[in-house]
Amino acid sequence: MACTVRIPSPLRSYTNGTATTQANGSTVAEVLADLDRRFPGMRFRMIDEQDRIRQHIRLYVNTRAATHLGERVQTGDEVHLICALTGG
Amino acid sequence: MASTLWIGTRKGAFALRPDSRRRTFRLAGPQFLGHVIHHIVADSRDPKIVLIAAKTGHLGPTVFRSTDRGRTWKEAARPPAFRKAAEGEEARAVQAVFWLTPGHASEGGTWYAGTSPAGLFRSEDSGETWDPVAGFNDNPMRPQWAPGFGTPGGELLHSVLIDPRDKRHLYFGISVGGIFESTDAGKSWAPLNQGVEANFLPTPDAEFGHDPHCVAMHPLTPDRLYHQNHCGIYRLDRPARRWERIGKAMPKKVGDIGFPIVLDPRDPDTAWVLPMDGSTVWPRTSIGGKPAVYVTRNAGKSWQRLDKGLPRSQAWLTVLRQAMCSDGARPLGLYFGTTNGEVWASTSAGESWRCIARHLPQIFSVTCAA
Repeated sequence: MACTVRIPSPLRSYTNGTATTQANGSTVAEVLADLDRRFPGMRFRMIDEQDRIRQHIRLYVNTRAATHLGERVQTGDEVHLICALTGG
Repeated sequence: MASTLWIGTRKGAFALRPDSRRRTFRLAGPQFLGHVIHHIVADSRDPKIVLIAAKTGHLGPTVFRSTDRGRTWKEAARPPAFRKAAEGEEARAVQAVFWLTPGHASEGGTWYAGTSPAGLFRSEDSGETWDPVAGFNDNPMRPQWAPGFGTPGGELLHSVLIDPRDKRHLYFGISVGGIFESTDAGKSWAPLNQGVEANFLPTPDAEFGHDPHCVAMHPLTPDRLYHQNHCGIYRLDRPARRWERIGKAMPKKVGDIGFPIVLDPRDPDTAWVLPMDGSTVWPRTSIGGKPAVYVTRNAGKSWQRLDKGLPRSQAWLTVLRQAMCSDGARPLGLYFGTTNGEVWASTSAGESWRCIARHLPQIFSVTCAA
């Protein structure tokens, strides 16, 4: 299944500056795996070695917050990768 | 040839390149602007190779590598990471790569990394891929040796030292946890903290749980170790196992608390420290707002104050454990970076100092390429 992925600026060094890309997968985990195949190293900056979403990363499928990597993704969905940044 | 100084900051990496007489230093950078850079280390066996320990405020930790003295960089294909936890096991994740050390001279391409929370990792391909050192990370004693004290900066594994006579003989420090030694290439570890105070612990003669801030091994006399601890300055001459608190010879009004300790690569009796205020709530600033370096030239029997050129008053500097180094030149160059973004240099082994960079971000590390 193909979805659209919105890439935040801190991760665009992996996508050659691209802010939007297409990815395949029926879960967030599969979408991130597809992204990491094309943009090596990107997943580990968001997901730790225990497959937990890092503390200051938020993932949304359309407007639905994904709290785990098993969250379902449908064809045509938008997956938003969000970096939660505050302070200096 | 004068050596490049690599400056790791909370907001990126910089380089200070001296002219051949070290009179002027040209600031280059930033590279990785906005990245938190805990350590930048050039390979002592091949200075073309430089590794950077990096993360950002939101993205996870990684390592960047250069094979052309820092002109271009590539991210490690497999950064340091703990193994996947089994069901019911504590599931640890690297929060920061804090420390980088090139391996033994006979093992080109080998590096060690220390992390927060305390973990030890090894690379055999110049930092491209990293594997956990199971002898420590999975040691049944590790939860006791490194219980995760919850210090504001996180639990830190640092000061990875390799005996130049024996690649299997290693040391490191954990802040908070203590100093540990391996004689079998990291397969097994033992605490090495006898004689070290830990006045914050309920058991003053604890075997581990101490807070070494920075540990150093003399390159010509590897049996001589020094360390700057949360509770003083210490020296140990192996094979002895009991540290001697050489900081007791420091002036009482100054005390012997600090972060870095730097050794003279040509003289095992000479070391420099930067005392800080460890009273009350631990400001960790220059004592009385008057920064000074102290030197011992007799292995800690006595210390002399070196403050010529440093601010005379109202200078509340903090110098972190990786932010002081020497350059190996003659006369010896010494450098330190402050958390308010200044780099200070002495090209007279500390006799006089001058500021060679200011207005940088908070400085975490200052290292010198070989």
